[in-house]
Amino acid sequence: MSASLSVEGLEVTYRARGRDQRVLRDVSFTIPAGGAYGLVGESGSGKSTLALAALDVLPRAGQITAGRVRIGGEDLRGLDGAALRRLRARQVSMVFQDPARALNPTLTIGRQMAEVYEVLGLPRAEGETRAASMLGRVRIAAPQRVMASYPHQLSGGQQQRVLIAMALAKEPELLVLDEPTTGLDATVEAEVLDLITSLRDELGTALFLISHNLRIVGRMCERVGVLYAGTLVEDGPSETLFANPRHPYTRGLLRCLPEAGRRKENGRLETIPGFPPPPDRRIVGCVFAERCLLADAHCRAVAPPPRDFGGHVALCHHAERVPDLARATADAWTAPPVPPAHLPPLLETRDLSKTYRDGGVAVRALSDVSLALGSAETLGLVGESGSGKTTLARLLVGLAEPDAGGAIRLDGAPLEARARGRSVAARKALQIVFQNPDSALNRAHTVRHLIGRVLGRLEGLTGKTRERRLTELLAAVRLEKRHLGQRPRQLSGGLKQRVAIARAFAGDPRIVICDEPTSALDVSVQAAILNLLVDLQHERRASYVFISHDLGVVRYLADRIAVLYLGRLMEYGPTEEIFRGPHHPYTEALLSAVPTLGAGRERIRLEGEIPSPVAPPPGCVFHTRCPRKLGAVCEREEPKLDLSGEHAIRCHIPRAALPRSRDGQMRAPLARNDVPTL
Amino acid sequence: MSAEQSVSAVRPLAETKQEVLEDSQAPTRWEVLRRSGTFWAGGGIVGFWALAALLGPRLVPWDPYATDLLHELAPPSAAHWFGTDQLGRDIFSRVIVGSRDILTIAPLATLLGTFAGATLGLAGGYLGGLFDIILGRIIEVLVSLPLIIVALLVLVALGPSSVTVVIVIGLVFAPVIARTVRAAVLGERALDYVAAAELRGENALAIMFVEILPNVMGPVLVETTARLGYAIFTVASLSFLGFGIQPPSPDWGLTIAENYGVIAGGYWWAVAFDAAATASLVVGVNLLADGLYGALAA
Amino acid sequence: MGGGWAAWFARRISLSLLTLFLLSLVVFAGGQLLPGDVGREVLGPLADPRAVAALDHQLGVDRPLLLQYLGWIGGILHGNMGSSLEFRAPVAPFIGAALVKSLKLAAVAFIIVVPLSIGAGVAAAIRVGTLADRVISLAGLSLTVIPEFVSSIVVILIFSVWLRVLPISASWTAGAGPLDQLRHLILPAIPLVVVLFGYIARMARAGTIEALEADYTRTAILKGLPRFVVLRRHVLRNALLPTITVIATQTSYLVGGLVVVETLFRYQGIGSLILTAATSKDFPMLEAGILTVGVIYIVVTLIADALAVLSNPRLAPGMGG
Repeated sequence: MSASLSVEGLEVTYRARGRDQRVLRDVSFTIPAGGAYGLVGESGSGKSTLALAALDVLPRAGQITAGRVRIGGEDLRGLDGAALRRLRARQVSMVFQDPARALNPTLTIGRQMAEVYEVLGLPRAEGETRAASMLGRVRIAAPQRVMASYPHQLSGGQQQRVLIAMALAKEPELLVLDEPTTGLDATVEAEVLDLITSLRDELGTALFLISHNLRIVGRMCERVGVLYAGTLVEDGPSETLFANPRHPYTRGLLRCLPEAGRRKENGRLETIPGFPPPPDRRIVGCVFAERCLLADAHCRAVAPPPRDFGGHVALCHHAERVPDLARATADAWTAPPVPPAHLPPLLETRDLSKTYRDGGVAVRALSDVSLALGSAETLGLVGESGSGKTTLARLLVGLAEPDAGGAIRLDGAPLEARARGRSVAARKALQIVFQNPDSALNRAHTVRHLIGRVLGRLEGLTGKTRERRLTELLAAVRLEKRHLGQRPRQLSGGLKQRVAIARAFAGDPRIVICDEPTSALDVSVQAAILNLLVDLQHERRASYVFISHDLGVVRYLADRIAVLYLGRLMEYGPTEEIFRGPHHPYTEALLSAVPTLGAGRERIRLEGEIPSPVAPPPGCVFHTRCPRKLGAVCEREEPKLDLSGEHAIRCHIPRAALPRSRDGQMRAPLARNDVPTL
Repeated sequence: MSAEQSVSAVRPLAETKQEVLEDSQAPTRWEVLRRSGTFWAGGGIVGFWALAALLGPRLVPWDPYATDLLHELAPPSAAHWFGTDQLGRDIFSRVIVGSRDILTIAPLATLLGTFAGATLGLAGGYLGGLFDIILGRIIEVLVSLPLIIVALLVLVALGPSSVTVVIVIGLVFAPVIARTVRAAVLGERALDYVAAAELRGENALAIMFVEILPNVMGPVLVETTARLGYAIFTVASLSFLGFGIQPPSPDWGLTIAENYGVIAGGYWWAVAFDAAATASLVVGVNLLADGLYGALAA
Repeated sequence: MGGGWAAWFARRISLSLLTLFLLSLVVFAGGQLLPGDVGREVLGPLADPRAVAALDHQLGVDRPLLLQYLGWIGGILHGNMGSSLEFRAPVAPFIGAALVKSLKLAAVAFIIVVPLSIGAGVAAAIRVGTLADRVISLAGLSLTVIPEFVSSIVVILIFSVWLRVLPISASWTAGAGPLDQLRHLILPAIPLVVVLFGYIARMARAGTIEALEADYTRTAILKGLPRFVVLRRHVLRNALLPTITVIATQTSYLVGGLVVVETLFRYQGIGSLILTAATSKDFPMLEAGILTVGVIYIVVTLIADALAVLSNPRLAPGMGG
């Protein structure tokens, strides 16, 4: 039986304004019928181009300049228009990253689903019936209602499910997925991935999964390929590739991840020095040589041949030395670590709530949140969409006003709600680093202006003192003086975020709110930024409120964690205690939603969607999806959060009966009508 | 010298080799502009007429106002390249000098409109509130009437004069430009750098002019150039109708109105060259605007 | 459907009414306030002050402003648009007749320009980057700013004076049949078409390019749908939605163009009526004409907005996601 997808020596070039950029060089791999292949790469590696090339939907500027692509044994180049259409109608499907944009906003879901059957030649009525049943198979509740809806009326998770339904409705031989879950919440992502796996098992479809997320790829695919600068540098079975990588880049990538219970006390994260080469640079020798610890003159002169380690191929002259590769970057912190002091609290919130008015409707984004943050302490804020974590950040920093009855205290003294009303000292004390540096840095200003202006306004510095402080700050975030004259568009994502951090630290803050500061960055860059943040914390005794959806990162950085769901504080306590358990059922689901490399964990599946904050469920807001729901009490009465102890959990289930993770004792969820035994 | 400073001095740079990542793929806006055919074509035409307006009177072969009743309506010849009009005046000289008035009035009106409009748009977009609502209503009203008709109304009431024309066109342009600027400002306001500015205590004026304005300059520039084309269009039309530039100016619109009656008799040169001049100028300005738009969108 | 629509219509219509009200204020201010002494304006600077005062009293312009405004508006709402200073006859019938003639000319212009410009814009988008695209784009760009009096002259010189194919005046003799009327209207329609073509074609082109490059188009292609279906059902549906609104806003330029075109072609439409009123300082006629023009624009955009909302599911009221 011929392979589902076979790529041989593929080279793709983009032509832009008179310049040629070779985006993919000599890429070859095979996906057997029914197999699953994962492609891993950071931004700029060319992975999306590979997906588009595989289906011959490259944009106008792109061309396949060498090599071939075969689907089911057929060379794509040899197909005429009608044959290509038939291939697309019956054999191959593709699902992209942004589900909202992949659906036609002017047609109903039903109509768009019916199109899949239309090209198969089925009559209209039959198409509609089968469409409805397909929607049921992707676990969409009320398929008829969804069929009559328009795309904008569905949530992101539902939209992606619809696209998967459309993709699998034709029972294709090959399914191509390009970052299918980026942008979805963790629990929704877990659902979608499970769905794909189970449908794949049922239908025997081959899978080509492209992602920057190594964990997902490892979990879903039998074989993995690693793409760097347009070259497939490693290719092998996922288990061996992740356990024992043979290419320095893969090893570097794996080491960048905060993994398996790693904490900042264990030392710095490793990073990969330097930057990937721009696509229009002609590279002689190994593409990774300039960033590689093992590189020598030979590497820079001659491109490495593929080295085979029993089905596990790596493009490296020194592949056998990779397992013993030492750390590329320093292990110790630059300043001695400062132990966090939880008491007395530096920052305190009491019953903080925020209600927005959207049209005539009241949306309660945050409900009675009470937290405390000590000096040199990191508080991790965890939650999915609608949890209120961004609202909390905005309230703390003074961009919005809390509802009456809530209070924020800094050093024991009450803090003005709005930043404008706060004293300069208070404004200096609380700063924020935003998620997206393209939005957070004024693209019309130079780096000097961006940081210098803050020094002028908050510290009142001018002239030489200002220059000195500017230089200091630059050094603190590892930027060089020549960056001062540049504008954001000339800097990479990591550099821009460093500028944003320098700006936040310009006023010597006591507390810095970090709102997903690394979510938009590549894994290797993320590690560098996280290291920087910890360095700065040790040097300046700064405290952080660190918001993230990535539990691995939160576990690494945070001393304490607050888990938010629908604007309510569900759990609050020391990091390790929360991870080990006993913990809240929602936390349990979140933890199980994170696929870990290697270790298979029993996935807790949450039913339904996150409820809308406009109409929160009565009683415990989590009861509609809780797999450990006790019964009527959960629907009637909202559990109280007892903040007297170290570790607070908002749940009716008595603590001894709450779930723990593998490290502790594992307890199965109670059946619906059981009474908990103590 | 604090402990912090000494620590940062020894901080290892091995972790991230700092290099400027030159955005080598995307060309800068200047490069796009330089390569833009429409920009240079438009610029050339406008440049030519600007020169004609400035230096014309000195360089033309005949006095544009000198009548010669012996040679009325003479066709184009070696002596009179574009022929003569009903009063024997040399058309070529009149066409060259005729660029002066329109190239004074239209740009002035546009500048007035741009300054007023940009300020209104910035304020409306950033400050919002009642001001923005009222601004919106005014825009709605002024947009519902064609510019020419509003101009006619005002010019009838106040009497036609160049100053009035400048003010009317400028004031009617202002809300329309404000609308474009406002939309751009709303887009910027949603970005985090505005929040960051508020957090460090910048006042509204600083945010509008130091933070936001530089980022909306592009759309403002494109809009201004496009409006200039429309200003020329309107001033020429008003002159044609008798409500714009007044005689004895050799303005093109005025000339066409004066000589329109004779074309049935076959004296096409009395209006054709003025018509061509008008067309070339407005097209030139529009090409310029399009070139700028292309560079901006890059 | 249901409740959401009613609320939307109510809101939208009240917004239009507000604009109408403000418009009437602007027109009133222009006609009554700006000239200063209306009587003086009409009779001239040398006239006897008593004659001026008598005329002012006769016209009612010596009453308090508020009363004048109410009187004027009240009259209009009852169909009485005042009395023409020039013709010494009620204004309304003039406006009515002129409106009908202008509507005919506008209709001819629209019927030509809408399919032409949308077709050109879409064709350019499909062939983006090719010579055809550049020609169409450049044509649209250049032609749109040529003042109507210029293109009118060109068109008259070619078709009336040189080729003698079409009549130089747009006015037909009474009792002329529709085909004959059409023959008269083609020449004046052309300058209007030239001005309107550029912007509509540009918007159609931009919208089509965006739709062609959109993710949902890619999804449709990857489903294996035939090219024509993708174009019709996915690309054009999304590309042409905003065109409805664009065409409506062009009404303003169209009417402005009428003033010049009708004058040149000696056609008694509302445009030339306004100009005549302006030239003879016939303020009641002038105000009534301008108000009418404004009302037309407001009504047209209201209809266009309604159509846009009806055809775009995302804008439909009461259907939020």
